[in-house]
Amino acid sequence: MPKLTIDDKEIDVPEGMTVLQAAEMLGIEIPVFCYHPKLSIAGNCRMCLVDMEHSPKPIASCAMPASEGMVIRTQTPMVKKARQGVLEFLLINHPLDCPICDQGGECDLQDISVAYGGDSSRYALNKRAVPDKEFGPLIETAMNRCIQCTRCIRFATEVAGVPELGATGRGEDMEIGTYIQKAITSELSGNMIDICPVGALTSKPYNYRGRSWELSHTPSIDVFDAVGSAIRLDTRGREVMRVLPRQNDEVNEDWISDKVRFSYDGLKYQRLDHPYVRQKDGRLAPVSWDKAFEAIAEQLRDIPGNQIAAIVGDMVDAEAMVALKDLMVALGSPHIDCRQDGAKNGSEPRCSYLFNTTIAGIERADFCLLIGTNPRWEAPLINARIRKNYLYSGFPVALVGPSHDLGYPVDSLGSDPLILEEILRGHHPIISLLKTAKRPMMIVGPGALRREDGATLLCLARQVADKYGFIHQRKTTIPDPWNGFNVLHTAASRVGGFDLGLLPGPKGYDVKGMLDAAAAKKLKAIYLLGADEIDMASLKSTFVIYQGHHGDRGASVADVVLPGAAYTEKSGTYVNTEGRVQRSLKAVSPPGDAKEDWKIIRALSEKLGHTLPYNTLEEVRARLVEANSLFEELDTVQRAPWLPFGQEGKISSESFTAALESFYMTDSISRHSITMAKCEREIAQGAPHG
Amino acid sequence: MKKKLVLKKDLPTEKSTPFIFSPENEAKIPELLKRYPEGRQASAILPLFYLAQRQCGGWLPPSAIEKVTEILRVPVIRGYEVATFYTLFNLKPVGTYHVQVCGTTPCMLRGSEALLSACKRHLNIECGETTKNGAFTLNEVECLSACVNAPVVQINDTYYEDLTEEALIKLLEGLASC
Repeated sequence: MPKLTIDDKEIDVPEGMTVLQAAEMLGIEIPVFCYHPKLSIAGNCRMCLVDMEHSPKPIASCAMPASEGMVIRTQTPMVKKARQGVLEFLLINHPLDCPICDQGGECDLQDISVAYGGDSSRYALNKRAVPDKEFGPLIETAMNRCIQCTRCIRFATEVAGVPELGATGRGEDMEIGTYIQKAITSELSGNMIDICPVGALTSKPYNYRGRSWELSHTPSIDVFDAVGSAIRLDTRGREVMRVLPRQNDEVNEDWISDKVRFSYDGLKYQRLDHPYVRQKDGRLAPVSWDKAFEAIAEQLRDIPGNQIAAIVGDMVDAEAMVALKDLMVALGSPHIDCRQDGAKNGSEPRCSYLFNTTIAGIERADFCLLIGTNPRWEAPLINARIRKNYLYSGFPVALVGPSHDLGYPVDSLGSDPLILEEILRGHHPIISLLKTAKRPMMIVGPGALRREDGATLLCLARQVADKYGFIHQRKTTIPDPWNGFNVLHTAASRVGGFDLGLLPGPKGYDVKGMLDAAAAKKLKAIYLLGADEIDMASLKSTFVIYQGHHGDRGASVADVVLPGAAYTEKSGTYVNTEGRVQRSLKAVSPPGDAKEDWKIIRALSEKLGHTLPYNTLEEVRARLVEANSLFEELDTVQRAPWLPFGQEGKISSESFTAALESFYMTDSISRHSITMAKCEREIAQGAPHG
Repeated sequence: MKKKLVLKKDLPTEKSTPFIFSPENEAKIPELLKRYPEGRQASAILPLFYLAQRQCGGWLPPSAIEKVTEILRVPVIRGYEVATFYTLFNLKPVGTYHVQVCGTTPCMLRGSEALLSACKRHLNIECGETTKNGAFTLNEVECLSACVNAPVVQINDTYYEDLTEEALIKLLEGLASC
């Protein structure tokens, strides 16, 4: 623990910390451009120069390890002069176009120039001109503004795992670019916009749309996958202008996926803003809420409870789910399911459907077995964590399932599920690696759970976990427990749905059962709560109530459409794949007559004669806690005890298939986003720009 | 002083014809790789580029950069960074004779500026250009580390030292006629 003095204050810091980090711990601000806490150290911007005793020159504090007895000063005349000098050099070639630059108002160079810069420049010659680069449909470039901090290069190489960016040329001719001008093929590319300290990389969809000081900020949660990344919604009036990450080191660190960042334009198109009822001529006509509820009440009056079913979609908040569950119980229906994709898990102990290791815990693992999953598309931020561990410790990763470029080396064992049996019986070569691992982890993905034999595969995975030390239960001899058994979900609503028991009751149908029963006319009515990813063809002769925010697949077959709120328009509770209960706030109002989802269900319950006993959001949340006490504690992972689960059985030898066909368009919001459509065309399919 | 806006480091926009090492050069690769400690084989990028440039007649086509990065298992952009950083790698084809006039201080004091303008006049090209018949490419370079006999001109692999304008023109005429 070296002890050093910074500006006459003493501090003990852990070994390996830099002078800059030590200063940060003391609350002393040192301006930086190239340094970023989540990236490797470059030390090329020279902005962080400070005075070190016995050193004739100022030192770069971001790259200097803190060592015993150092005396650092950050406020001497030399430091002041050094900072002014660095800024004067940086501004030599930086265009002074702040008034038209999207970064204006939230620009590091602007802020630091004001705070630490001189008052004038001595440079009177022409500034250099750098041609702009083509980075694809998400990132706008203005390379004249680049100060060559190389944060974007380091981000692409280290975090995103797509070493496509580089600095070419030297000296005055140095430029940031790609090898062949093409879109950056990363699901995390938007984060480069955030880390760019100047306006060289800005958001293309947000280009010239607004200024940072006009926007209101609302903390929210990413619902496009089950990671539950912390996001910030920036709104102006009733419009979501952009989506940015909030730092949450336990989940998403500083990053978010491109899907949540850029699909907000989908919130403007094809929105359901009126209740609709299907007329005799087959057209949906806008009606009042009362009329819509009456139409439902009239239909449901004569249908017995066990012929009514409900399917919950992937982006639904826990409040709406608990309300729907209560309504279905009141109606006497056992047919309720939150597994649109037909996953076969959820009814067993909580440890069987959680990402038990936790996302931050991935960094402590020393072996990873992926089963039927493509984390790069299903959970880009979990993939980034795996890559982070690979980068620091050479994390070995093996995959059973269709192989895919994950951004780190993967030992692809094949996509035959029988490999798992071989591993269990100890006949597979990977065993030798497994046996040496101290904290192995496995991730069972939707590609495995969605199969007919999903439950058996889950049991098989549990057996492998038990046999090869994936689980270290807490005992007096084992002070450091470890649970390496993980299930990766893709739906934000899934774990919340399981925690609230949105699963078929006794004699209840699951999603497939419901669709079969509907096709056989054994099911009279079905309630789709934001469920669009099912086969609508089976629902032709069923009375369909669709509640959701987009006129997507579900609304197209519905008999009554109830307009709900998208994730930006309601305060909702979501449980991520780790079992972390998180809450988002309402940023804008839903369009037209649309309402928050739990309110719609509450209002409908009254019309159906089963009034639900809550009238305010607080009361619904009290009901959530009553349904499952886990909902009491926010933002922390409540670890599930390791209990036996699963039923042994025979697994089919059919190969694993990919769960997602594309990353960019997976749900009713992203399917209506123009930006996501461009990504699909230019990044996923590699079509030329334009 | 107005500089012409030259986008000289324009990145390749399409793949050129594939490059393969000749059998003799291919045989040298393992030897070059062995010079670096285990796990640091990517360091062989400079000797491999050099080998490829020689094979291609003095320049490094994009396909050769791709080939070398493939051999060393590094991303192409890393190879491109290296190739554009070092002025010794020519990213455009050069003439049969690559005339490199040293312009660093000792040579300059001994008359390199006159040598350079004599070359430009005689060959009727500017720095960085190649004569129409493809015989000569002219470039001004930094110190060739032969200051003792300044001014110095390097033509392909040969140093010509203590040059005068007349001697250099004679030399160029001689090369042109062979």
